[in-house]
Amino acid sequence: MPDTLLYAIEVSLNGLMAGIMYALVALGFVLIFKASGIFNYAQGVLALFAALTLVGLQNGQIPFAHLINAVFGTSLHGFGWTLPAVVAIALTALVMVGLAWAIERLVLKHLVNQEPIILFMATIGLAYFLEGLGDVMWGADIKKLDVGLPQGINEAIDNATFNWFGYGFFIDNLDIVAACVAAALVLSLTLFSQYTKYGRALRAVADDHQAALSVGISLRFIWVLVWSIAGFVALVAGIMWGSKSGVQFSLSLIALKALPVLMLGGFTSIPGAIVGGLIIGMGEKLFEFFAGPMIGGATENWFAYVLALLFLVFRPQGLFGERIIERV
Amino acid sequence: MKKTFTMLAAAAIAAGGAALSPTVAAADLVVPNLSYRTGPFAAGGIPYADGFADYFTLLNERDGGIGGEKIQVPECETAYNTEKGVECYESTKGQGALVYNPLSTGITYQLIPKVTADKIPLYTPGYGRTSAANGKVFEWVFNYPANYWDGASVAIKHLLDQNGGSLEGKKIALLYHNSAYGKEPIRTLQELAKKHGFALTELPIDSPGQEQKSQWLQVRRDKPDYVLFWGWGVMNSVAIQEAANIRFPMENFIGIWWSGSENDVKPAGAGANGYKALTFHGVGQDYPVYGDLKKYVYDAGKAAGAGDQTGSAVYSRGMYAAMVIAEAIRKAQELSGTPAINASQLRDGFEQLSISEERMTELGLPQFGQAFAATCEDHGGPGAAMIQQWDAGAGKWNLITGFIEPDKDVLDPLIAEDSGAYAAENKITERCN
Repeated sequence: MPDTLLYAIEVSLNGLMAGIMYALVALGFVLIFKASGIFNYAQGVLALFAALTLVGLQNGQIPFAHLINAVFGTSLHGFGWTLPAVVAIALTALVMVGLAWAIERLVLKHLVNQEPIILFMATIGLAYFLEGLGDVMWGADIKKLDVGLPQGINEAIDNATFNWFGYGFFIDNLDIVAACVAAALVLSLTLFSQYTKYGRALRAVADDHQAALSVGISLRFIWVLVWSIAGFVALVAGIMWGSKSGVQFSLSLIALKALPVLMLGGFTSIPGAIVGGLIIGMGEKLFEFFAGPMIGGATENWFAYVLALLFLVFRPQGLFGERIIERV
Repeated sequence: MKKTFTMLAAAAIAAGGAALSPTVAAADLVVPNLSYRTGPFAAGGIPYADGFADYFTLLNERDGGIGGEKIQVPECETAYNTEKGVECYESTKGQGALVYNPLSTGITYQLIPKVTADKIPLYTPGYGRTSAANGKVFEWVFNYPANYWDGASVAIKHLLDQNGGSLEGKKIALLYHNSAYGKEPIRTLQELAKKHGFALTELPIDSPGQEQKSQWLQVRRDKPDYVLFWGWGVMNSVAIQEAANIRFPMENFIGIWWSGSENDVKPAGAGANGYKALTFHGVGQDYPVYGDLKKYVYDAGKAAGAGDQTGSAVYSRGMYAAMVIAEAIRKAQELSGTPAINASQLRDGFEQLSISEERMTELGLPQFGQAFAATCEDHGGPGAAMIQQWDAGAGKWNLITGFIEPDKDVLDPLIAEDSGAYAAENKITERCN
């Protein structure tokens, strides 16, 4: 097999893996948009906040320690314990549920029936607030996140492809874990929305707020529920991205990688987020591989948006989005 | 209850406002600290700002300031954003600012024409516009003791040392932040590639650099002998992790000084062992100045930030910048005969500044930086740098070389060419004749 073809296959596989990482972030956007029509600008910051909280809890860091020390002249830093990863993840998930409740109680409740743009603006405010809160609670230094996920080249794939083609493919173990987690997440979300009472309520609200209200579904409860699920998805995305790069404040910028995925896959489709992620991931990596060297490289950030725009031109609602038809 | 809450909120806002706008006594020496403690690059901005502020706090607490004048270091948050950096400059210059050190090449480029018009020195050690080393064109800008082009040359000289003096036929990749900062060394490396016969591959990474799979797959395919790295922020830790993932030999991976902090290597754990980075100053706390810092600053509860960055690579760099500025202030006071100097007098101090090894020893920083003497023509200093290597087991950087001089034969013509073009474009008449 020609070398270029082998390299292109390797690049494509890595692109698909990267796409799954983007899709993990995009899923959170989809869940909230689908249930409430809100484009949640804060989704990336939710992932950051979740990852910061996870590392803080795991390492026994005292929240607000810097603030407490400054006000009371103490020198507190840590509780002196470390928690097992599973316990820290469970506690962080609880924190995210609490955060969802607080967001509903303090922000969303007061904005019922407001225009979508107002709700969008509220999530911008929320994003900056959460970023500041995360900074004050846990500090802005880079933190190593270790929940026991494997990293580095997958030896089995490397050896097998080397034996077949004379060239070993590089696939990161972390990416393989991310793919499995994404599959499990999509399956769980699908089962939840299809076969549980609350899942059906969630779908009802997504279809028609007014009709759902008229049959007694509590919109406020649904909002807490959906923000909690989105918070959990953000935690998963935060773990994956945080394991890759350490937990630091640019983690919130991963939302920028999710936007083209949403544009392509549609804002209301969970499978759309996954398929969109795969197309964007593979498309940007292949473009960088073939065209990057000719045009100076670093094409991935903008090419993802070009690809999404191309799809938008032909299918404005995205690949899996619902077509909006309004009677006049 | 509601009234109490409102009053508390008002008090908090008032207190916050006071914290954001520190009052600066008219007679004080004002050295604004354009820092970034928030945003994607905070992990680098915090230790630098802490080291910078702590050194001036030490001078205030131990010596009563410089020449009897207290130093005020009002901090302004730029978030490493060029527009915010310019806003910080505009909002603080009226406080009698003596010098700016914005810790951002992007902000530096924007400030060069402004400081020239406002006649305020701009000090950019190890960053900013490299050709500002030419004092004949850049009257108000100083970037000693080393700049990016020096860094590129020192890295190549180190590789020459490792390869018996020849890089003929070797492949070297430059992995860089796709910005003004990251592109700075390209021209120099191209010239050095011609001179030494190595093949140079340029691999840009868009900011912030969380996803670098394409670039590292290319490194894996092309198998360069060495990778040089100009990254910042999260780009650093991701690159080091990716290099470990593809099993690139870490001792052949060399970062510029902005890619050589503890924050960059720690997330990769043992995988980062052996990674190298340049530095133009010492690292760690094995310097006598730390005894005084402990006594007058840390133990007195006056440390900047959380006080947890002491001795780190970037903290040391912030402290180095503060030390040079303090020495330039001292020189300006000596030249002008007055302790209450203005910005123009400080510029003269910068231009006639000489820091010897004896002086650094007196300051409690023996062999912390290379001795240098600025002149009207030379605002760039000797440009020498050392190589430090990460020991993941011990969790610390070890200096593995002494100061390595850059190849001035290659750099000087490049600096003359670039600064000449700037002078022509801005109709600047060369000085120092």
